[in-house]
Amino acid sequence: MTAAPETRRPTDAASDDETRLDKATSRAVRSRSLSLLGNLLRPHGKGLTWSGALVVASTAGQVAGPWLVALAIDDALPALRDGNPGMLVAIGAGYLVAAVVAGLTIGAYRRSAARIAQAVMLELRRRVFRQTQRLSLEFHESYTSGRIISRQTSDLEALRELLDGGLTGVVSSLLVMAFTFVGLTLLDWRSGLVLAAAFVPAWFLTRWFQARSRVYYREQRTASARLIVKFVETMTGMRAVQAFRRESTTEAAYEALGDEYREANLRIFGVNGRYQPGLVLIGNMTVVAALAVGGWRVLGGSMEVGVLVAALLYVKRFFFPIQQLGMFYNAFQSAAAALEKVSGLLAEEPTVVEPKQPVPLPAARGGLGLDHVRFQYGDGPVVLPDLDLTIPAGQTLALVGTTGAGKSTIAKLVTRFYDPTEGAVRLDGVDVRDLASRDLRRAVVMVTQEAYLFSGTVRENIALGRPGATQDQVEAAARAVGAHEFVMAMPEGYDTDVNKRGGRVSAGQRQLLSFARAFLADPAVLVLDEATSSLDMPGERLVQHGLQTLLADRTAIIIAHRLSTVAIADRVLVLEHGRIVEDGTPAELIAGEGRYAALHAAWRDSLV
Amino acid sequence: MRVMPTTPPSPAPALPDDPRNVSTPPADLSTFGSVRRLYPFVRPALPRLVGGLLSALGASLAALMIPQALKWAVNGPLAAGALERDWRGLAIAVGLVLVLGLGEAGLILLRRTLVMFPGTRVEAEMRMALFRHLQDLPIAFHDRWPGGQLLSRIMGDLGLLRRWLIFGVLQLVVSITTVVVGVGILVASAGWLGLVYLAGAIPVVVIVFRFSRKYRLISRLSQDQSGDLATTVEESVHGIRVLKAFGRGRDALETFTGQADELRRTEMRKASVDAGLMTSLTLIPEVTIAVCVVLGTLLAADGQVTVGDLVMFFATTAVINGPVVDLGMTLSMTLNARTAVDRYFEVMDARNPLTDPAQDDAAPAPADSAPAPATADPATADPATAGTVELRDVTFRYEDAERPVLEHVHLVLPAGTTTALVGLTGSGKSTLAMLVPRLFDVTDGEVLLDGVDVRHRTRAQVRAAIAVAFEDPTLFSASVRENVLLGVPDELAADEREARLHEALEVAQARFAAELPQGVETRIGEEGLSLSGGQRQRLALARAVAARPRVLVLDDPLSALDVATEEAVTERLRDVLRTTTSLVIAHRPSTVALADRVAVLRDGRITAVGTHSELLATDPHYRHIISSLEEDYAAHPHDGDLDDVEDVTAELTEPEEARP
Repeated sequence: MTAAPETRRPTDAASDDETRLDKATSRAVRSRSLSLLGNLLRPHGKGLTWSGALVVASTAGQVAGPWLVALAIDDALPALRDGNPGMLVAIGAGYLVAAVVAGLTIGAYRRSAARIAQAVMLELRRRVFRQTQRLSLEFHESYTSGRIISRQTSDLEALRELLDGGLTGVVSSLLVMAFTFVGLTLLDWRSGLVLAAAFVPAWFLTRWFQARSRVYYREQRTASARLIVKFVETMTGMRAVQAFRRESTTEAAYEALGDEYREANLRIFGVNGRYQPGLVLIGNMTVVAALAVGGWRVLGGSMEVGVLVAALLYVKRFFFPIQQLGMFYNAFQSAAAALEKVSGLLAEEPTVVEPKQPVPLPAARGGLGLDHVRFQYGDGPVVLPDLDLTIPAGQTLALVGTTGAGKSTIAKLVTRFYDPTEGAVRLDGVDVRDLASRDLRRAVVMVTQEAYLFSGTVRENIALGRPGATQDQVEAAARAVGAHEFVMAMPEGYDTDVNKRGGRVSAGQRQLLSFARAFLADPAVLVLDEATSSLDMPGERLVQHGLQTLLADRTAIIIAHRLSTVAIADRVLVLEHGRIVEDGTPAELIAGEGRYAALHAAWRDSLV
Repeated sequence: MRVMPTTPPSPAPALPDDPRNVSTPPADLSTFGSVRRLYPFVRPALPRLVGGLLSALGASLAALMIPQALKWAVNGPLAAGALERDWRGLAIAVGLVLVLGLGEAGLILLRRTLVMFPGTRVEAEMRMALFRHLQDLPIAFHDRWPGGQLLSRIMGDLGLLRRWLIFGVLQLVVSITTVVVGVGILVASAGWLGLVYLAGAIPVVVIVFRFSRKYRLISRLSQDQSGDLATTVEESVHGIRVLKAFGRGRDALETFTGQADELRRTEMRKASVDAGLMTSLTLIPEVTIAVCVVLGTLLAADGQVTVGDLVMFFATTAVINGPVVDLGMTLSMTLNARTAVDRYFEVMDARNPLTDPAQDDAAPAPADSAPAPATADPATADPATAGTVELRDVTFRYEDAERPVLEHVHLVLPAGTTTALVGLTGSGKSTLAMLVPRLFDVTDGEVLLDGVDVRHRTRAQVRAAIAVAFEDPTLFSASVRENVLLGVPDELAADEREARLHEALEVAQARFAAELPQGVETRIGEEGLSLSGGQRQRLALARAVAARPRVLVLDDPLSALDVATEEAVTERLRDVLRTTTSLVIAHRPSTVALADRVAVLRDGRITAVGTHSELLATDPHYRHIISSLEEDYAAHPHDGDLDDVEDVTAELTEPEEARP
């Protein structure tokens, strides 16, 4: 895959939206797009050949018709009058065969082309999906879901139009044109020259179209993506939009983007709407030229009328498929622009990479070590200057400090959502960068504040923690966190769809369900990042009770504002600006006079 | 396992507007019905469309006449060739072909130019109409409809319609006209042969009809499935943290693959049905012609028809053949567009039960219904009632649920007081809060704002008076400033807006905003800087405060804050709440501390109202809910060292660093 050195990666929305690329970038982006297309089509070489053959056969069958008609009138009719029906029978039979061949092959061609198109689409969808799952959070934090959706829907749709619209159909068009040209040249090379001269304006016209449509299609893809991003965002935040009466503002913003999209489409129709008639014009003018030149020669006596007639027919026929070719080229430009975006997404490299040779870790014990870890997001401020921390297996560690002290960052490093800028994070002595993600994810699980539920049943959502879990296991996990009761109160219990009838769950209940997930996953290391913030007190008590059992034999990192949750920890770290300022058991720290003691006192007050 | 399961057509009798119900299109009330609904959108574009149609027909005509002109040239001026040297005749012929050629290209250009504006315009207008409708529809609708289904309608379906308007409809009309006229000519002029050809048309018509029925079902299925696929993609990105945290990317991929493969199979079925039609549309006319060739030759041999008749007959069938084959393609395009229109109107038809009152039965409301500062509202003139909220015998049941969430709730929020709403998770607190700004309407009973049923006011009026800070704070891709000033009227003076912004950020302890890379102009939200949960929550709180509402609804506003920040926010928030009627949903004593009094919600009913200490003393359920360590409470001396706390607060609320 070639890429110009200055090709910017579309990690940030702004550069992904750029449409006026400089020459080198444009070329690099285009060649990346085409190589993706080639790569997708390569496994279908046979199928493509077969489709091509089918479409040629079908064209042949259809072309045979007029020829057979001429034969019938010119030869079979006189023969019949002479009392010889044999030829008519042969022609009739021949015509039937041609009809059947044409009909069956066109159908077979349609199926075969669709099979390839759909296989390619499925493969590309999978690649894009796998890639979005593979990419690091850093990427997702700016690329937006809307953009990914637009890659997966409207960009792929453009490719489908190309594949459906006759990637192989072009073969027959080109063949017909080539044969016609050769036929004409053999018949009368001077007319052949006239036809060849038409290539010159056609080439320039196509170049013009290519240059314009490339930019316009890029603009269209970008405008479409932005429209989708805005739509997804507005629908996701509909409650806030309505509560704060922002309907008119969002409407205006959406309309502006919609106009951009409409104008992008208009520009494309405009350029395409000149290209197609331009091709027709060139064809017609070639006929005029052929007639004028041929007519002049006929009148001059250097050409037979019959030859002129044939030559004119050839020229006319040559331009017959040109509209179809133009449409194909248009679809090609559209798909190539879409694939530029898709290939850009696929070319992204995750900042968190899978190890080439992973160190196997079949059963983790759960010992964690942060070895002189320094961390900053991108080139932002340093969050953790130099953190050195050892968490023995089985210890429950609580992290305390303000937002921004680096607690969540530690959680993200341990779970390898990010990699440290310097230093290393080790699990049982192995650098987490050397662990296969499957091993790491089995060993380390995090429950976050945002308890996301996927559409599907309650059971499926809990079972996300351990695919293939039995009903008993799911239920046990739900019981452990105190979610069982409210689940059973739902209309269909564990089979209730969380988006459907009666499936509404409150924020607290969502957190309980995501807790149940973690219970079910049964990891060696459990990271809880503000996982209990929306729980009510009884719920928190229950979870805490469950936690004490759960955490007895595993390592845990707990980040909580609620010091009640911290109370069950074996050890508390107070962080400030990424440094450890206090370290000890809760009892020790409370007994002291440090920050934790003060916080604890404040928290006790808040309880009344 | 289904991480993000597909949504199979529900076997239960689905709601009429259930998005996941792969509905059977209404029988053969057919394409006309759909087209009629389209009419209001298409009407302004109609002259151009008709003009486009005429140009298309003109272009076809010009194209057909070029061979005629050539024939004339060959038979006329050129026939005599070198003998007569009819230069003038040649010049005329060349000129004629030139004019026709220019005419054809010009008419195609004209057609394209005429049609492209209406095509894109109609699409854009329908898109905005849908967007407006979606913004008007209540939250209940959005809870039910997955985003992907809506997206596939507003993008995919409308795109299909655009292409149909620009290419499909003209081609359909041209093709049909050509075929009908051609067959008419054949029947009228070629006697038996014409009838034979017409006989061939009968199976074609039957096949086309059967095809249409089948194809429509599949195209509907395919468009619904792409909507579901889009939903899955959306969820897989929104839930990426969960999927990553549990390492479930592979499972998600499997589910997605299954779903995408289902779509692929549907598409294959569609292609297969389409292929059947193409075979028929090629095979049947060709076989008919084969019969005609034999029959015609026999007739000609018999002297019943002339050779000239035969030539004319077959020349005409050749002209018809192209459009017949095109018809297959255009027909599937038309059916897809029709499905798109159906799907579009399905959402447009979704009834909005939560409407604004008609002008005449509206309560005496502020003259300007535009969102205005609360002070402009005459209702605030009487300070005794300004901002009084009363829930009178309120029952609420979600449309699709069996049991009500709230039953016979009575609750008064006196003007200028703060009431904490306390209850177990799932007891209906958030639901109750959403009834006040009319995000949902009551099933029974009424919600009164300053004595007037909120349903007698427009949503804009009610929501202008009430601001909400939601449990999950939604921030938009915009600057901090825009996010915080979301509920502040745009027409307010710039310095006033600025003042509100700073005050709100200050109250919510969101001073970190000033430390962001571009300060309050920093773009946040999905496309911008990611903030922590606590930071987001504080901005959402600031947003509610900045709106300076008469009624403030705070749904567990401090849940994600640490103790110190919470303390600082509480301190400042009290000032704001002193003059505002507020409902605060609380899970913790620290939040309850904001309130003058507490209402306890249990199983959808208000079971007790009183002050915190009263309830603590009298209500065991309240004690159960609110005190985390009951025994601790009893033992704990209530004399925390406040100075100490404030020190910590000051230190711990220093601006936080942010991530680029």
